[in-house]
Amino acid sequence: MTSRIKHFPGTSLGEKDFDEGKVLFVHDELKADYAWDTGIGIGSYLAGLKRGVILGSYCAHCRKIVVPPRTVCEWCFHPMNEYVQVKDTGMVNTFSLCYVTWDVQRISEPEIPAVIMLDGASELSDSSVIMGGILHKLGEVDPQKVHIGMRVQAVWKPEPEREGAITDILYFKPI
Amino acid sequence: MRKVAVIGAGMTRFVRRALETPKELSWEAARMALDSCELTMDDIQATCFGTAPDAFDGIHMNGEYASDGAGGWGKPYMRSYVGGGTGVFNPIQGWYHVASGMFDVVMVVAEEKMSSFYPHAQAAFVTIFDHTTERALKPNLLWIFALEMNRYMTTYGIKKEDIARVSVQHKRNAANHPCPLLGEADITVEDVLNSETLAWPVQRFDVSPVSDGAVAIIMAAEHVAKRLTSKPVWIEGVGWHLDSAYWTNRDLVYPRYVEYAAKMAYDMAGIREPRKEINIAEPYDPFDYKALHHLEGLQLADRGRAVELYINGTAAPDGNMPVCPSGGLLGVGNPIAAAGLMKIAELFWQLRGEAGDRQVPGQPRRGVAQAWGDLMQVGTVVVMGR
Amino acid sequence: MSERVAIVGIGWSGFRPGTPDVSYKEMIYEAAVRAYNDAGVDPRKDVQSFVTVAEDFHEGTSIFDEYTPDQLGAAMKSMHTITGDGLHGLATAVMLIRTGRFDVVAVEGHSKASNILTPDAITAYAQDPVLNRPLRLNTHFVAGMEMNRYLYESGADADACAGVVSKNRRNALKNPLASFAADFSPDEVLGGPSLAWPLGMHETAKSADGAVVMVLASEKTSASLTDNPIWIAGIGWCNDSPSLESRAWAKLPYIEKSARMAFQQAGIKNPFGEIDFAEIDDTYAYKELQSLEALGVCGFGQAGALLKDGVLDPAGEFPVNVSGGSLGVGHLLDATGLHRALEAALQLRGEAGAHQLKDVHVGLVQSWRGVPTTSGAVAVLTN
Repeated sequence: MTSRIKHFPGTSLGEKDFDEGKVLFVHDELKADYAWDTGIGIGSYLAGLKRGVILGSYCAHCRKIVVPPRTVCEWCFHPMNEYVQVKDTGMVNTFSLCYVTWDVQRISEPEIPAVIMLDGASELSDSSVIMGGILHKLGEVDPQKVHIGMRVQAVWKPEPEREGAITDILYFKPI
Repeated sequence: MRKVAVIGAGMTRFVRRALETPKELSWEAARMALDSCELTMDDIQATCFGTAPDAFDGIHMNGEYASDGAGGWGKPYMRSYVGGGTGVFNPIQGWYHVASGMFDVVMVVAEEKMSSFYPHAQAAFVTIFDHTTERALKPNLLWIFALEMNRYMTTYGIKKEDIARVSVQHKRNAANHPCPLLGEADITVEDVLNSETLAWPVQRFDVSPVSDGAVAIIMAAEHVAKRLTSKPVWIEGVGWHLDSAYWTNRDLVYPRYVEYAAKMAYDMAGIREPRKEINIAEPYDPFDYKALHHLEGLQLADRGRAVELYINGTAAPDGNMPVCPSGGLLGVGNPIAAAGLMKIAELFWQLRGEAGDRQVPGQPRRGVAQAWGDLMQVGTVVVMGR
Repeated sequence: MSERVAIVGIGWSGFRPGTPDVSYKEMIYEAAVRAYNDAGVDPRKDVQSFVTVAEDFHEGTSIFDEYTPDQLGAAMKSMHTITGDGLHGLATAVMLIRTGRFDVVAVEGHSKASNILTPDAITAYAQDPVLNRPLRLNTHFVAGMEMNRYLYESGADADACAGVVSKNRRNALKNPLASFAADFSPDEVLGGPSLAWPLGMHETAKSADGAVVMVLASEKTSASLTDNPIWIAGIGWCNDSPSLESRAWAKLPYIEKSARMAFQQAGIKNPFGEIDFAEIDDTYAYKELQSLEALGVCGFGQAGALLKDGVLDPAGEFPVNVSGGSLGVGHLLDATGLHRALEAALQLRGEAGAHQLKDVHVGLVQSWRGVPTTSGAVAVLTN
């Protein structure tokens, strides 16, 4: 059919069309506010962060510790009732050097997001599932020297400033 | 089980910023699809619609808003949703509408208008991350791709210059497509490697462009399809799998959810040796390494070795198994849901021998299209054959 | 329909104005465990596909389907989301099973309405962004306009609408799931503040939190799972125009078409005579009357008289919203249709407790996606 159709609809606009006022548009800024209930599992996690510890949960059925803690094991569907403190050290599973912020502002010094596998959480025999991985950022490090497998440790906010949020950990630094 | 065919397809051009509204884009694609098989809206018994996050459009219940443009007025109408996997899920939704015996002719429309989000669509993606455990870190969508790409290339020792071949191949293919945003016949590996670094290892030309556009197809039950066209293209297999939301708890090196979805589709299609039985592949390619990742998940290459298909020419339009002859998302553009359905339309045209300048040789009999989405999480797969 | 589909497991949790002790995942998990236990299935082994109904802006998360699988036992399974009402989810599960590729499918819907701090702003984002939203009207105005035109054309009056509120909130007194049960007279309803005249504040359902999970199975499989299957004898859904400028204001053509589709499948020709009870839309009180007419339970303009004659009471000939409806139980956002199906299933199983109706075999369920949409669905359930 594409071989027979000569005209395809869709009209492309450029910046000029807007600058010259050729195209009208309606602007609206959304105000959608939420206060999410953190519940039992994540509520415990945040309370732990406030105390300066990282909690995981233990599945007695699969015999594994996962972070962040949750009240149900998604693999066996049994409840997870036991919280376990894992370490605030771990290994970089993967990372990036990111030169744009979340809202696409250019930055010259990159942000370094990483998936960090925390010590004390389980690794299953099936190597495609790692249990202790969390998303965070790296700091106090030369971006060019970051590598997969690097050992890192959490740098915490001073205790009085912690509020029970993932940002109570400022970043992870090499050890 | 009832056999279901695709009997018509239409699409708009994929552009950076379209004059048309989402409703108008949807209507244009729908009208073309109807015209292509000489049907009218009166013949359509139900409509399936796909579009990605409401945040792009800034419209709550966006499926309801777009419904009249998408042909949902006065019809049973539903919008399905699996993030980036939506475009290849939509025809699965159309398939179960018809295969259930409840409808004989349905229209499937996928539309995306990403340019409405101001100042840049990417900022909307911060809200895809877990609101409590991740969003406070202000994550960028590029992060997860860069994290996955790094894990993939480091684990298997794949060079960036080899991964760049994917981008080059797809953008060159797109130069023959009538609707592309970034078709470039002369692009080289050096161009990709010299492009701006966004989130290492991801550079600008590793990434598909955000776009506006719409695609529509018409699906029909066997008895209707055979009456309406001499060249129905059959839905031979469908598969979809959604992995856990805890994406940091898995190794990003391999998309197991794509494997499971592919096996589900192959099982239904009776395919035992996909590498021999599939003639064309349209894996999801929002980033160049993603096409490789997905070819492996689709069991069309060994783990860590999909890039060889590009090195040895297998993936080229005149190769043994052309990959993304359309030009894919990297070349034609990435209006999310519409991009997935574009792959289905491409297989429809290729299998009918109607793909014009980009028609692959050898009268292909069977193709597979796949999309991916969410937090490194969902695989949607459709096998089509004639 | 050639292959019948049955509801073989039901579960719920929450059903309070707020549920601060649990996250949405934990609330859904509780409902899921109950549904799977009720059906006697293990989601990891026995359930082949899963469907969630959800809207991003209700969750405050884009691409919310990311977060649907774990608490349902659906991780790494065949799962997808429908941005529709719970009845759209049920319809999807019915289609999946009827393809012959799936025997057991679970459907989930939930509301964490209490977590939305700006609900009216979010509803406003469902208005046409260019033509309607710039007028900065609270979206309830759409219901006010619809009610006004409906009363004008149908001859129904404000007393009948107030009677719906009174009936449903009193019905809710016998339903432990209801958050807004009250011994509330029609006069008290009419004496309340106005919201979008002629619509009063008390005629508008308040939202509640809750989750509902249902397990559906093919006829063959259901026989091995339960002695008490609830059949989905018919299911239909339809949209009218999303445009405020070109829709039928007094009538509900999308409910008429949905009902026609469902009744045809179920072989129902005379809804009033063949159906024993109904759980239908009462997001706004007038909607119950308008919907009954669109469903063909009575002629246009006749529902108000049925209400006043007591026909719609629990002891009447055609009980409507014995559960208390959305006015009595609370509106559960996208899970609303599933809640109504849940109440109907409990009645048909004889498990409705204090508000159990006697000798019921055919239940009618209907829902609407709320202002400003024209999207609705209808199901006929039988035991």
